[in-house]
Amino acid sequence: MSRQYSNRAGIVKAFLIIIAAIFVVRVASLQLFDRRYRDLAEKQALRNVTQYPARGLIYDRNGSLLVYNEAVYDLMVIPRMIKDLDTAAFCKAVGISREEFEAKLTACRKYSSYSASAFMKQISKEEYGSWQNQLYRFKGFYIQKRTLRIYDKPIAAHVLGYIGEVNNNDIERDSYYKQGDYIGKSGLEKQYEELLRGIKGRKVMHVDVHNREIGSYQNGHFDSVPVEGSNLYTTLDARLQEYAEQLMANKRGCVVAIEPSTGEVLTLASAPAYDPNLLVGRKRGDNYKRLQEDLAKPLFNRALQAQYPPGSIFKVAQAVTALQMGVITPSTGFVCDKSLVGCHNHPSARSVQEAIKMSCNPYFYHVYKRIIQQGKFRSSAKDSQYGLTQWHDYMLRLGFGQRLPLDLPNVNKGNIPDTAYYNRWYGRDGWAFSTIYSNSIGQGEVEVVPIQMVNLACIVANRGYYCTPHLLRYYGPDSLQRQEFLEHHETGISRQWFDIAAHGMYDVVHEPGGTAHKASVPGIAVCGKTGTAQNAGDDHSVFIAFAPLDNPVIAVAVYVENARGGGGSWAAPIAGLIIEKYINGEVKRKDFEKHYREVAPCQKLPLPRRH
Amino acid sequence: MPPINRKYDRQLILLYIGLVLFGWINIYAATFSDAHAAVFDFDSQHGRQIIWIALAAITAFAVLKTDPRVFSTAAYIIYAAIIILLVVTLFIATVTKGARSWIDIGPFKLQPSEFAKFATALAVAYSMGQIDFDIRQKRTWVTLAALIGIPAALVLLQHDTGSALVFAGFLFPLFREGLSPQIPIFGFIAVVLFVLALLVNKFLLVGIIALFCIAWLFIWLSKRTRKDYIATFAAFVLCTVFTFSVDFAFNNILEAHQRERIEVLLGKSDDLKGAGYNVHQSKIAIGSGGLLGKGFLHGTITKADFVPEQETDFIFCTVGEEWGFWGSALVIGAYLLLLVRIITVAERQHSIFSRVYGYCVAGILFMHFFINIGMVIGLLPVIGIPLPFFSYGGSSLLAFTILLFVFIRQDASRTQGM
Repeated sequence: MSRQYSNRAGIVKAFLIIIAAIFVVRVASLQLFDRRYRDLAEKQALRNVTQYPARGLIYDRNGSLLVYNEAVYDLMVIPRMIKDLDTAAFCKAVGISREEFEAKLTACRKYSSYSASAFMKQISKEEYGSWQNQLYRFKGFYIQKRTLRIYDKPIAAHVLGYIGEVNNNDIERDSYYKQGDYIGKSGLEKQYEELLRGIKGRKVMHVDVHNREIGSYQNGHFDSVPVEGSNLYTTLDARLQEYAEQLMANKRGCVVAIEPSTGEVLTLASAPAYDPNLLVGRKRGDNYKRLQEDLAKPLFNRALQAQYPPGSIFKVAQAVTALQMGVITPSTGFVCDKSLVGCHNHPSARSVQEAIKMSCNPYFYHVYKRIIQQGKFRSSAKDSQYGLTQWHDYMLRLGFGQRLPLDLPNVNKGNIPDTAYYNRWYGRDGWAFSTIYSNSIGQGEVEVVPIQMVNLACIVANRGYYCTPHLLRYYGPDSLQRQEFLEHHETGISRQWFDIAAHGMYDVVHEPGGTAHKASVPGIAVCGKTGTAQNAGDDHSVFIAFAPLDNPVIAVAVYVENARGGGGSWAAPIAGLIIEKYINGEVKRKDFEKHYREVAPCQKLPLPRRH
Repeated sequence: MPPINRKYDRQLILLYIGLVLFGWINIYAATFSDAHAAVFDFDSQHGRQIIWIALAAITAFAVLKTDPRVFSTAAYIIYAAIIILLVVTLFIATVTKGARSWIDIGPFKLQPSEFAKFATALAVAYSMGQIDFDIRQKRTWVTLAALIGIPAALVLLQHDTGSALVFAGFLFPLFREGLSPQIPIFGFIAVVLFVLALLVNKFLLVGIIALFCIAWLFIWLSKRTRKDYIATFAAFVLCTVFTFSVDFAFNNILEAHQRERIEVLLGKSDDLKGAGYNVHQSKIAIGSGGLLGKGFLHGTITKADFVPEQETDFIFCTVGEEWGFWGSALVIGAYLLLLVRIITVAERQHSIFSRVYGYCVAGILFMHFFINIGMVIGLLPVIGIPLPFFSYGGSSLLAFTILLFVFIRQDASRTQGM
């Protein structure tokens, strides 16, 4: 049995010899008889040139360009391919010293001798033009074209964001990127990186012994064409954005304006701002460091990231919530009892509408008390837990205490405390209404992000719903829209209660006893609500508004930090100017405008920490 | 005990050492850079490969010191353990280059499929070594098909087509132990028909098949029985159905990258951005080596990173470019010598287990050699599997070392325990 098929060993061996012979013949034909491959490899070096697609452009809502590209050049080097370099001539041509040359080349060698690295980055078209014709003499060096971002006007830096070189994480996460590539680091540039970047192309070039590109390799067989990035058509109104930044130029705080019916962000200005052109080009590193160290935190986007106490603007939310819960009626009145909570001098409010107009603190103390202590349980602690849970739910429906999913990175949540929150602080049953009543007037544990404030104005303007605030109107050659931004988020609070709140806000600006007459604009029915937010420093001045009363076209929130004045003194007039500019196209009240543009509130910067 | 130099087959050990060392020299060249020029730089791949080679040497020594009966006795246990490991891998593997075949063990990555070939070889050898083994029996067939098919299927589920194909190497022992030659011949005809069906008009191809059948019947066969007519007709129908189902199989069963690679090989497409680019660069690298090569560390194409995977699957490129035709022929020759020697040594075994195991080793090594070099020189589509003993990679070096040295150990005690 065991010897039965032993002749087959020979067959197997013969088979092996045949296969090996075929391989040897094939290798011989490649290496000995076909000169094609040797020619390809020996006569010409090939160079892989990445073709960078133009990054998508960014437009405002009226079609004016916000961001575009400009060509610059990187001088690349493959250290191993340097031969017979006339160093003196080279340094003279590109304009660097001998020491710089040595330092740069050492750095490149350290990265790799065999693959290309950038010797000099972002050389301007003019500079490159002056020594372009000499480049062929310097073997091992070549030029890689790139594009830089240029900002038409120095505005909207926080929204647009900036691009920067990829780091190792980016390269590991996404194989699209290679060392030295650019990626959106913040703002829209980061949010829509994959739309904006396009698709890279490749060009394989013949390079002759003089390091000149002598043409496309194999008629471009291996090449691929770069696909341009998609353009973004944003919701921003460039003129309004610029105006808002001018008004805020010498202040700290932010202005956000939204078209209420669509949730489209018209203006999102955080002050102090910076010129986006600072974060482009070779000076970027230094500028970035300077901005980062600035105590006024210009890189911090207050409109999305700052969590402020909202102050009295929060009363609007309390009013509609209490009305919907049925714990008060529109004609409920409360005495302005300053022993409960401090207030300014005004007659007692006889209705919700009047309470909003006069911003009566004790009134909303009572309102909040009725929300929290509904008398459903005998223990006041239990009762408060029940009421707070209901209240928390309404606040979330009004867009507070949650990250509004708008299309910019790093949006903060703010804070609406719930029972778990207080239980953690005071222990179970260790708290009741008396502990938390400050929430009623937008102080205490409540923290709100400015984008949520303007969203509240939108909800009142729409009488009950909001669309997620967003910055992208449509994108790409096919004008695509993001469907999630068209959706209406209903608050579940009845329209009639918002009508009352809206009329209260109208009275704030127009009726005697209202707190924000400075927000009024001739010919426009501006509705607003002031806020004066107490904090560790001077009071913040807060104002939310929408206009006109019927069919509103704009909602605004203005927050001026440490203004040492109420909402009516700084935030309200700025909101009025924004509304006038947007609706009328220009501001007629020149003196008024000049005053609020030039005069700055006394905003003390935090002192530098001593070490 | 006889002295050690007589005991172990010196030719096999020398060939093994030669291939491992020359392989390392080429890994060094392929991954060389100024920053990692030191031989013992353990951040570099060539540095890490030294660790793997040392581990392989220790493993080889340990295998030679093991009682050879352990491997036949424990064949099924090792096999079962590996099958379980393969199943586990499917769930916990990290995806590398599209395949789910690697599991992380501390700082290292292990590829269980490399060891599955060894385990299957043991199991197949054990099964065929049984006294009642008869390849013509159906029960035997089912057992063997399951032993080979289960690990092959599991490896295929890991999307590691190359390693799954290697299991075709088990045709070697099957053929040696009496498998009808018709089966490999059918396989060969199927591959030829598959390629032709993709290249030429299918009706023309069916016509040619018909002509072949007629020629067979009326020219080759001198006497024709009724049975011949029926068999020939059946063969014709089978070929026709096969031909027309090629498109379906090609478009629906193969994955997109596999289709591309086959199309590139057949010259039907030159999607030179993907697979075509690699093979093209690989051919340039080898072709530019000429007769004598460019010399150690002087390859330009491989140095400029034009060839991907040049330290693993495309390592033969570096041989071709830096050592030229004589180097390439030497490597091919060394593999041929190794394979032929394994067959020769297998034939002198007294136990069927050892002989079958030897053929398994030859079959597995052959499939790797055939697919890898065939791919690099542009005769086969791109299928990523390592060149035994040569490519960078710890799992494969360890697994191949165990595979070969278990055989050397069996051979050394071939006269014992009969």
